[in-house]
Amino acid sequence: MTDSYLTLVNTGLSKNIAKKLGLPRPAILRRYHPGQPLVPGPVLLIGSSAGTETLATELLAWGLDVRRHAGPKDKLGAIIAVLDEVSDPENLAEPMLAVGSSLRSLLPGGRVVTISRPASTADAPARAAARQGIEGALRSLAHELRGGATGNGILLDDAVDAQAPSALAALRFFLSGRSAYVDGQFLLVGSPQGELPADFDRPLAGQVAVVTGAARGIGAAIAKVLHRDGARVICVDVPAAGEQLAKVSNETGGTALQLDITSETAGQKILEHAHSRYGRLDIVVHNAGITRDKLLANMDEAKWNSVISVNIASQLRINEVLLASELFPQVPQVVSLASTSGIAGNRGQTNYAASKAGVIGMVAASAAAFAERGGTINAVAPGFIETEMTAKIPMATREIARRMLPSLQQGGLPLDVAETISFLVSDAAGGINGQTLRVCGQSLVGA
Amino acid sequence: MAASPDVSAASTDSAAGAGIRKAVVIGGNRIPFARANGAYTNASNQDMLTAALDGLVARFGLQDERIGEVAAGAVLKHSRDFNLTREAVLGSALSPETPVYDLQQACATGLETVMGLANKIKLGQIESGIAGGVDSASDAPIAVSEGLRAVLLELNRAKTLQQKLTAVAKLRPKDLAPNAPGTAEPRTGLSMGEHQALTTAAWNIPREAQDELALASHKNLAAAYDRGFFDDLVTPYHGLTRDANLRADTSLEKLGKLGPVFGKSLGEKATMTAGNSTPLTDGASTVLIGSEDYARAHDLPMLADIVDSEAAAVDFVHGKEGLLMAPAYAVPRLLARNNLTFDDFDYFEIHEAFAGTVLCHLAAWESEEFCRNKLGLDKPLGAIDRSKVNVNGSSLAAGHPFAATGGRIVATLAKLLHEKAAAEGNRGRGLISVCAAGGQGVVAILEAR
Repeated sequence: MTDSYLTLVNTGLSKNIAKKLGLPRPAILRRYHPGQPLVPGPVLLIGSSAGTETLATELLAWGLDVRRHAGPKDKLGAIIAVLDEVSDPENLAEPMLAVGSSLRSLLPGGRVVTISRPASTADAPARAAARQGIEGALRSLAHELRGGATGNGILLDDAVDAQAPSALAALRFFLSGRSAYVDGQFLLVGSPQGELPADFDRPLAGQVAVVTGAARGIGAAIAKVLHRDGARVICVDVPAAGEQLAKVSNETGGTALQLDITSETAGQKILEHAHSRYGRLDIVVHNAGITRDKLLANMDEAKWNSVISVNIASQLRINEVLLASELFPQVPQVVSLASTSGIAGNRGQTNYAASKAGVIGMVAASAAAFAERGGTINAVAPGFIETEMTAKIPMATREIARRMLPSLQQGGLPLDVAETISFLVSDAAGGINGQTLRVCGQSLVGA
Repeated sequence: MAASPDVSAASTDSAAGAGIRKAVVIGGNRIPFARANGAYTNASNQDMLTAALDGLVARFGLQDERIGEVAAGAVLKHSRDFNLTREAVLGSALSPETPVYDLQQACATGLETVMGLANKIKLGQIESGIAGGVDSASDAPIAVSEGLRAVLLELNRAKTLQQKLTAVAKLRPKDLAPNAPGTAEPRTGLSMGEHQALTTAAWNIPREAQDELALASHKNLAAAYDRGFFDDLVTPYHGLTRDANLRADTSLEKLGKLGPVFGKSLGEKATMTAGNSTPLTDGASTVLIGSEDYARAHDLPMLADIVDSEAAAVDFVHGKEGLLMAPAYAVPRLLARNNLTFDDFDYFEIHEAFAGTVLCHLAAWESEEFCRNKLGLDKPLGAIDRSKVNVNGSSLAAGHPFAATGGRIVATLAKLLHEKAAAEGNRGRGLISVCAAGGQGVVAILEAR
């Protein structure tokens, strides 16, 4: 599960040897710890729109060292480019070149974040070209970054301004160590909904969360991060995983609910548990998933059906129960686990990719119904994550997946997926709905 | 809820006041029971009890909570485990400030821990309690022989070389053989199985009836697992997810092929086989109980009231009664005190030490002669509807880690009663009967919430 190459090229003598040999040297990523500064240095804010000015005020209020121009020797923690008013591809040169001239000043673990608007068919062609152009530029720029720095973009719907709660929350997420393994991605803020937390280190304070598949791997990491961020966690897994589930529950001060999520009554039992034991339910994370890999030519019905049943059919059924229930005044904020396999496809994973692509379709199609009852539903698509599951991949394949494909030159940790989920289920992310966010280190797979 | 402290003392209903409060079963947790020298060969009593406690803590969110008192015990106990339960609690996720005591009453240990703590709750002395029991037949203590022990003690007292040599010289080869624990009664030398074989023969219980009871136990337990009944009562341990002794596919034919293992001296009349007797088993169980206030304050479920219990003992040494027949005497006393008859019960949990034990009890309560001469009743207690007996299986299928059986039964019955009450809107009752070595027995009544 550990990536010993990563340690090797970052320590002592072997670090120097790797440097001299010109070996790929993946950086140790800047990950979040409660109480740490949001960014490792001053923030360069680029842009001339009205939104840029008000955003500057917000950033100063966060206690950041905001610069509107960078001196040649300034080391920067982040570069934010506000591009919400571009209407022609020719508008891009000035801000993009300004970003470029400061890229070499970016500190290790630094951040580049663009704030722009999504292209749509309703736009004038030149405006759409400019808006879409930003996506190409940012994704390419992210590939150029080194030292664990990342580049991501926030897309503001036309009805949403840069000071909307979810726009600010998304900006904080991308700037912070929480987004360490999110790279080259765009996140759409679709509405001005959402509420910023009183304490950004305890964004889920007082909330109650359900995490399925919580006994190990990514699920256990999700339970721990949601608990760290203030939530009380109901840890769900199949009865057979009960021993591990009890450990995770006791580590996170939560309750263990042994339950087969594919059973007809699973949704009802989850609701009843939350209602009787906590009196509320704010968050549901559909994490439980299985793989039953086979080339399609060799696939049998049992393998196909079990993957569909656990990975997508159970979620659809539980969501219906959540939406129909009158136990709580609002439906929870939901995040469902997709996968880059569901975006790019993966040899031997037709069943798994069908279920994970299905998740992406499901959250997009469920967003309106959840919004109507005060909730949201989004998906997170992990790339190569260091887990017991991926440790079983043959070495050569594993090295390509973790080293060659992502621009961060390493696999992610379960923690990285968990951090993204904790952000998406927070009240501050209430304006983000129906989206799929990749946590893949900008893997070429599905790019 | 996890962090909130235990209510310090009940102000209105304390022992000093007039009231006796209710004690309720909130829930339970056990590890699957393993056949001896199977999945838990390398687990100690402390390991298993800690695991059962941690599963309970996880189920009910009791991390770092100070429980009023924890009581548990083991029948086969190492001398080093004098504080077994306290050590298990210290190794668990519970608050280290939770007070604890160990208890031992042979196979009734588990049930008696529930009753002892329930009484403290009823008197207002504690608000919450965890009762439990554990036993390992695999990791059983082995003692040195009396001869070797005497020599070692003398050696320890010896001061001079000559005294030491004198002590060692007393050692005989036979003293080197260790004493393994057995189920033989010290006063009769007969094993529990041999005792029951005599009782079974005396009551003329046929082999087929015993095999049928064993079959029902396996079928009922398997069906309960299949419908998810144990999803919130059992937490897997060491890779075991169901009781290892459970044979869902057993049949009367398979059970009928087994040769007798007890009462072989009875010849043709020997009926007790490995199939209709419980095997040596490893396992642990726990039950969370509390006052109604405690359950409400912590948003915890109330499955059943712990109504009353009664212990009895019989004189098996002089052959006046069978070794395991004490519950036959305890039950009528308990029913009389509570003005109840068998008709007032929806479920009967009669511990299946041996199929013969259960059937002898049923026969005794139906027998006019037994009820008149032994119990002093003017008419028989009556027949028990067999469809109400051990409906989710019992020890023949689950196995019987001695001290853990009581907790298994209490949690199972409490959930059964609660489910039935939720479905039918009535408050049914259940009767528990557990026989124990030394000619003892403990019986109890639970009432649904």
